[in-house]
Amino acid sequence: MPAPVIQMRTPAETALIERFEREKSSLPGAKDARAAAFARFEKAGLPGRRVESYHYTDIRNLMRSVAPEVPVEGELIHSQHVGVEGIPVVTFANGRLQSASGMIGAAKLEQLDAALLAGAAELGTALGAANDAIVDINTAFASKGAFISVPAGEKASLHLAFVDHHDSAFAVHSRVVVSVGAGAEVLLYESHEGPDNLPYQANKVVELLISEGAKVQHIRLNISGNKALALSTLAASLGADAELMSLGFTSGAETSRHQVFITYAGENAKLDLRGTTMIRGRQHADTTLVVDHAVPHGESRELFKTVVDGEAQGVFQGKIIVRPHAQKTDGQMASNALLLSDEAGMSNKPELEIFADDVVCAHGATCGALDENQLFYLMARGLPRADAEALLVEAFLDEALDAVTHEGLREALAERVHVWLSARKVA
Amino acid sequence: MLDIKNLHVEIDGKKILNGLTLSVKAGEVAAIMGPNGSGKSTLSYVIAGKEDYTVTEGEILLNGVNILEMEAHERAAAGLFLAFQYPLEIPGVATMTFLKATMNAQRKARGEAELTPGDFMKAVRGAAATLGINPDMLKRPLNVGFSGGEKKRMEILQMTLLDPKFCILDETDSGLDIDALRIVAEGVNALRGQGRGMLVITHYQRLLDHIVPDTVHVMARGQIVKSGGPEIALELEKNGYAEYLSDAA
Ligand SMILES: Nc1ncnc2c1ncn2[C@@H]1O[C@H](COP(=O)(O)OP(=O)(O)OP(=O)(O)O)[C@@H](O)[C@H]1O
Ligand SMILES: [Mg+2]
Repeated sequence: MPAPVIQMRTPAETALIERFEREKSSLPGAKDARAAAFARFEKAGLPGRRVESYHYTDIRNLMRSVAPEVPVEGELIHSQHVGVEGIPVVTFANGRLQSASGMIGAAKLEQLDAALLAGAAELGTALGAANDAIVDINTAFASKGAFISVPAGEKASLHLAFVDHHDSAFAVHSRVVVSVGAGAEVLLYESHEGPDNLPYQANKVVELLISEGAKVQHIRLNISGNKALALSTLAASLGADAELMSLGFTSGAETSRHQVFITYAGENAKLDLRGTTMIRGRQHADTTLVVDHAVPHGESRELFKTVVDGEAQGVFQGKIIVRPHAQKTDGQMASNALLLSDEAGMSNKPELEIFADDVVCAHGATCGALDENQLFYLMARGLPRADAEALLVEAFLDEALDAVTHEGLREALAERVHVWLSARKVA
Repeated sequence: MLDIKNLHVEIDGKKILNGLTLSVKAGEVAAIMGPNGSGKSTLSYVIAGKEDYTVTEGEILLNGVNILEMEAHERAAAGLFLAFQYPLEIPGVATMTFLKATMNAQRKARGEAELTPGDFMKAVRGAAATLGINPDMLKRPLNVGFSGGEKKRMEILQMTLLDPKFCILDETDSGLDIDALRIVAEGVNALRGQGRGMLVITHYQRLLDHIVPDTVHVMARGQIVKSGGPEIALELEKNGYAEYLSDAA
């Protein structure tokens, strides 16, 4: 029998293993979930390019060392431009919820550790069959974050403002578990920001448990600092007749990877996944999704837009799985990338894994430059090239941003696009 | 006003304009007619500043300034307007947004203040009504799904709003129904005079019944081969281009 190939542990892997041994007895609750997640991590290590789903984003190589998690002295306040009028905000400082447990409108908020210790919240319930190394690390160490529950039939909107801050390299792990009762309507807006010119590592997971007939709009804004390694995951399970629209908006971080794992737990659920990514310089942004149709009559729409300038690299990996019994599944996935410079790059990897025969599924991926004839038309009407390009880029992204029904939030995101494009004109 | 001198232009190594010379005075409406492929649209693109073309010789002066050194948007700000033979569709950009952006860009280039929303709306509504453009169309993405005639009307709407000094109309009449032709021609005639020069490219006398040109030029094989008054258009209508083509052969 050939000897199995054993990779040398990296310093980061060793540090994480030692840390778990040290801390495991004091981590709050969820003992079994943590132990199982840690065991998987200990066996597989950090995911590198040999792991298929990490081929384009080699975490093993990117995460050379593990920075310490640090508490925040005093209070942090989110920056003005992430706030949206009319959406109540709670702030997370380096992952820790700054407010005490309590009600925000109809939503009940608890500290994650308290909820885990009380058994009110669990880890990994929204993950379905998904199995992921980044989530495993998060699960093993999860202690900061929140458990949010919205009772059946209620309406709630909430802005989770994550502010990361420290004056030397640091790490942030956070976990937010959201339980949405039957028929409830929820707007959940996350913003993530942090210091520029400082290497920090974030691993943030949101689990969304959406009960029967509930409707959720989830918007995630990533404007992390320009040296951040920002790893994030949304795991959602959709009950029968549930509806989820989730939009990931990324312009921050040096390297980012946003993962979305969706599991259809009940029939006739509707999913609308969107993404808008704008990167430049030497940024790298990876969006990876797995949509798992485990039951019949599910509908999913995925529309991802990536704008890449400078020498930046975009990655889109989208997998739609249709299980043998998931007949009448209707899935349409599109990833469109716009390359604004010759050095910009995009890797598109859409995949369909279909095991049922009565389904309608399709995917499409495009990648190209702006249309020179359109640009000339706009310039011939008096727009300088950079303005003409900006108009076309905004139009390109608008199609994905359209799904945000909260007007103030949509405008705030459009403003982020505008700011990004203005910086481009100056450069 | 517009002086084109000995213009030689090629694209991908193919010569398209071969020493074209043409002058249009302030206030003059000049018509260009010529067979398909003779280089009329190429000339209009080169004047407007499309970058695909290589000018190997000659110059284009607008009020004495060589515009060949200027980028397309600078030429627009200098008062040049091209109504495209094939207006581009711009998905995702509402016509209103586009109009506002272009009007303000030109104002900015001239050092003028931005239009107030009220003034902008008033200008657009007025011009749209005159040209028989349904206001609902202005909410749609620019030219997307517009009929051929609607696109042409939209070009004239832009021309009216941007108030250019020199207009080039490249086959604006093609695709227009009889009523639209009259409406568009009226729109163009309203802009006539006031020192504004116009270059009207067309294949058909019927446009020139509505927009009566001061001069008519025949273009063939990338050159102006004949110039004169409106009578030339009538002559061409009767005899076609055979005379000019055989000359070259
Ligand atoms: N990109 C290009 N590469 C090669 N040839 C080109 C290119 N663009 C135009 N041409 C050629 O240049 C010539 C002139 O084209 P142009 O469109 O200017 O003609 P036109 O006079 O406007 O014709 P029409 O009356 O049909 O509109 C044609 O033979 C055309 O095929
Ligand atoms: Mg033509």
